[in-house]
Amino acid sequence: MKKLGIIIKREYLTRVTRRSFLIATFLTPLGFALLFVVVGVIFAYKSDDVRKVAIIDYDQILSGSIKDEKNLYFTFVDKSLDEMRQGLKEAGFDGILVLPKIKEITDKRYTVYYYADKPPTPDIELAIKERLGTAMREYKINALQLDRRQLEALDTRIELDPEPLAEKDGEKVKDASVFTSAIASGIGFLMGIIMYMAVFIYGVMIMRSVMEEKTTRIVEVMISSVRPFEMMLGKIIGVGAVGLTQFAIWAILIPLISSGASLLFNVDMSQMNSASAQAAAEVDPDDIQAMIALGMQELANQNWWFMLPAFVVYFLGGYLLYASLFAAVGSAMSDDLGEGQSLTLPITIPVLLAFYIMIAVIQAPNSSLAVWSSIFPLFSPIVMPARLAFEPPLWEVILSMVLLIATAIFFVWLSARIYRVGILMYGKKVTLKELGKWMFYRD
Amino acid sequence: MSDQILQLDKVLKTYGNYAAVNHVSFDVPKGSIFGLLGPNGAGKTSLIRIITTITRADSGSVLLDGEPLNSRHPEVIGYMPEERGLYKKMKVGEHLLYLAQLKGLSKQQAQQALNFWMERFDIRDWWNKKVEELSKGMQQKIQFIATVLHKPKLLILDEPFSGLDPINTNLIKDEIYQLQKQGVSILFSTHRMEQVEEICERIVLINKGSVILEGNVQQIKNRFKEHRFQIDYEGELPADFEAQMAVVSHKPGSVMVQVAEGSRPNDLLQYFIQRGLQVRAFQELLPSLNEIFIRQVGISNEAAK
Repeated sequence: MKKLGIIIKREYLTRVTRRSFLIATFLTPLGFALLFVVVGVIFAYKSDDVRKVAIIDYDQILSGSIKDEKNLYFTFVDKSLDEMRQGLKEAGFDGILVLPKIKEITDKRYTVYYYADKPPTPDIELAIKERLGTAMREYKINALQLDRRQLEALDTRIELDPEPLAEKDGEKVKDASVFTSAIASGIGFLMGIIMYMAVFIYGVMIMRSVMEEKTTRIVEVMISSVRPFEMMLGKIIGVGAVGLTQFAIWAILIPLISSGASLLFNVDMSQMNSASAQAAAEVDPDDIQAMIALGMQELANQNWWFMLPAFVVYFLGGYLLYASLFAAVGSAMSDDLGEGQSLTLPITIPVLLAFYIMIAVIQAPNSSLAVWSSIFPLFSPIVMPARLAFEPPLWEVILSMVLLIATAIFFVWLSARIYRVGILMYGKKVTLKELGKWMFYRD
Repeated sequence: MSDQILQLDKVLKTYGNYAAVNHVSFDVPKGSIFGLLGPNGAGKTSLIRIITTITRADSGSVLLDGEPLNSRHPEVIGYMPEERGLYKKMKVGEHLLYLAQLKGLSKQQAQQALNFWMERFDIRDWWNKKVEELSKGMQQKIQFIATVLHKPKLLILDEPFSGLDPINTNLIKDEIYQLQKQGVSILFSTHRMEQVEEICERIVLINKGSVILEGNVQQIKNRFKEHRFQIDYEGELPADFEAQMAVVSHKPGSVMVQVAEGSRPNDLLQYFIQRGLQVRAFQELLPSLNEIFIRQVGISNEAAK
C-alpha cells in the first residue's frame, strides 16, 4: 500500500503541475466571467436603429398620446393615408401605422396596418402591440362603462404554498414555501451536471493516460515493481484528486471572479433577469425583494448536512465506477483513438442516458422512473444527487448508496482483471467479446 | 541458502490451448551470467514474466534464492524488458527516484544510489532534463540505471544492447561484469549469439515453450563439435592428401579437415610435420553457438511436425 501512495502522488503531481492543467483551471473561471459580462452586455443592448412612425388614428383610440420608446418615435398626423404615402421619406418618417375604425366594440380582434419599405422588426412590433393593447383596454373600459375596480379584481395571481400534513407541538415541522421545488430543481440540476462533467472529463483523462502508458511501454517497466491493480487504482485515485482540486478551485474562483467582473463592468443583474423572465416585469420591485429573500431562506433551509455528504458519496462512487471502466477500455486500446470508439460507446451511453433521465427527474422527482433510475447503480450517481433536494425516502437513498458502492467495488475488480491483460497485449484489434474473455484469464 | 539463485521445476503456463511455457526446468547458479536463448515467440518473455512475478505459472515451482516466489521478490529483482519505455514528460531525476521508490527504496536511499550511478555514467547534468529530450541511447542508459538502482540480487536483461552504439554497448557490458563481481546473478536474454558466447557461462535454449538445450557454453560447444581442425601451413600438400583426409575446405595455405571421432589432434599434427610442412597455425574448430542454435531449433521444429 506504500507503493500505491507513491503512484497516487506521482499521478497527482505530474498533472497538477502541468501547464495545461493550470491554464484550464484558472482560465475557465475567467471564461465564465467573460461570458457573464458578454451576456449582460448583450441583454442590455437595445436596437440602435432609430425609427420614426407616423400614426393615423381614425377613432382617437390613443386619444392623441403614446409613449415613445428609445429609438422609436411616434407622431400623430391628420392627413389621409394616400397623402402620407407620398413623400414619406422626405417628411422624415420610416413607416405609417394606421389604426382603422372600430366596427364592433366587443370584437376580440383588432387589426392595425403598418406601411413601410420593410416589415417591422420584432422589437418595434412588440412595442406597438404592447402600447395598443393597453390603450385598447382603456378605450373599451370607457366605451363599455365598466367599473375599473371590479375589473382589476378579476386578475388574480395564484400561489401554491405546500404545507406539511402533520402538525406536532414542540416539534418543528419543516414548512415548505412557494419556492421549494424551484430551488430544489436548481440544486438538483447543478449536482447532476457536475457529476456528468466529472465522469466524462476525468474518465477520458484516465483512459488516455492508460493508453499512453501502454503505447510508450512504460507499463512493462512498472509491472515488474508493482501490481497492475495498484497501477490502475493509483491512477484512478490520483486523477480523482486532481478533479477534486480543480472543482475546489472553480467553486471558489467562479463566483468570485464573476461577481468581481459584474461589479467591474457594471452589468445590472436585474436587467438580465427581467429580460429573460417576462413575468418579472409585471411584478413590482418589492415583490422581487421578497422573492429573493424567500429564495435565500429556502436555500438555507436545505438540509445541507445530509445533502453534501451524500453528494460526496455519489461523486466518489460514480467516479470510481466509471473511471475504472474507462481504465479498462484504455488498457485494451492501441495507439489509434478512433478504433476505441466501439469500446467507449458502452460506457458513454449509460452516462448520457443518466443525464437525460436526470433532466426528466427534476420535473417529476417522485415518479417511478426517478425512483428506479436513482437506485440503478449505473444511473444513480447522476440521478440521485438531482433528487436529493426533493427529500426522497431515506430507504431509497440508503439502498441506492449501498448498491452503488457494491457495484463500484465490483467494477474496479472487474476492470482490474481486464486491465492486467490489456496493458500487455499489443497489435491486436480488441473486440468487446475479447474483453469479456480477459476477465476469466488466470494470472 | 542455496547455491542457485533461481531454480525452475516443470514450470507450465498455458494461454488457451497453447503452452507458452511447457514444463521448463533449469537452474541458474548464483553469481553467474546465464543466457536465456530462443527464437522469437519461444516463450522467453512468458517465462521471464513468471520469474518477475508479473504472471503466475499454472503449475511447477520457481524458487528464488531457495524461496518460492512471493510478493517481496520484485524488490530483489531488476528487470529490463525488451519493450521498454519511460514517462516522456518526466524529468530524468524524478523519474529514476520514482522507479526506485517503487522498488521499495526510501527517498534518501534512492537519492544516494542515484547520485552514485549518475556520477558513474557522468550524466549529472541530465537530472532536470525531460526524458523526451534524450536520444534513444541515452534513454537506454537511464533504463539500465533504473534496473540496478535498488541493488537487485537477480538482474534480468532482455536484449539490453539493442539500439546502443558500440561505445555504449561496451560501457553497459562493463557494468554488467562489475555487478557480477559484486555477486549479482544475471539472466541475459537475447538472440545475438556472439554476445552470448562472449558474456554467458551457461545457457538454456528454449523453443516453443520447451527446453531443448541446457548447460555450460564450452561444454555445449564441445558436445556439438564435429572434430574439425584448421591448419595453416607453408609448402605443398602431398598429392594423396585429399584421399587420406576428409577435407572440408581448402584454400592456398590453409585447409580444414574432419577427423574420425576418437582420433587425437596430435596425430594430425604429426602428419604435417612428418611431411616437412611448416605449420603456422593449428586449431580445433568448435561450432559457434549460432550454428548450434539454428540447427537445434530446426531439429526441434522438425520433431514437432
